Amino acid sequence: MREALFLFLVVAAGTGGELCVTRAMKHVGEVKDFRPLAVVRVIVRAMKVPWMWVGVAMMALAFFSLLAMLSIENVSFVVPVTALSYAAGALGGVFFLGERVSTRRWVGVLLVCIGVTLVWLGKR
Amino acid sequence: MTSSAGLHLKTYCMILIMVVFGPLGNVMLGKGMKNVGSAAIWAPSELPHIFMRIFASGYIWLGVASLLTFFVAYMLILSWADFSYVQPASSVAYLIVALLGYFYLGEKIAPLHWAGIGVICLGVFVVGNTPPRTTEAR
Repeated sequence: MREALFLFLVVAAGTGGELCVTRAMKHVGEVKDFRPLAVVRVIVRAMKVPWMWVGVAMMALAFFSLLAMLSIENVSFVVPVTALSYAAGALGGVFFLGERVSTRRWVGVLLVCIGVTLVWLGKR
Repeated sequence: MTSSAGLHLKTYCMILIMVVFGPLGNVMLGKGMKNVGSAAIWAPSELPHIFMRIFASGYIWLGVASLLTFFVAYMLILSWADFSYVQPASSVAYLIVALLGYFYLGEKIAPLHWAGIGVICLGVFVVGNTPPRTTEAR
């Protein structure tokens, strides 16, 4: 059942990482100047926000968990089931970032969950 | 050619790059990791040795390079196109990764598995095709 643990890490750490990075970037403010020097200044500012470091560490954990999962299962199984991130992202957006999620988006999340269940059941 | 047609062409090219290099990157990572050995039997004491084997694999680096290409295309397209337009278009990547797995890596995919991938693509399309911003800009 290690693949279930790795899937959990890919989804939870990956989504958690993205949420932390989003929170850090919202703190930095909207990027409007895309000249190289301005982009470098944004990166330097972002690196001073602790949430950014938490986010990057979580994303690294998610990447290595993905590699571990790919060593056990086929890529045609691994990549589709990691779409569960959309469900985790919607939940995290609501509870962590205070976003509103539309009914239509919940329908999409439900479809993703049904699809992941079918893929999991069809694995063997 | 009008500028609108140019923008459409540019957008389609970027989406094409995304849906090719994203799945290709994952397939390369998958191929590389199959040579490293199954994580189902990794022991903690072996981890440094496993990391060495991961980073010595050409397929892993090809995969990382493909995913970086995907990421750059993704960032570029988001600078002019709406997220709610890009994400549904990229939902087809889940199908492409399965097709690459099937034809290139020779993976066996059961009918139920294909059906699940189809439902996931549809779900991602629906998720992406909703307004991208619900909070006020700060």
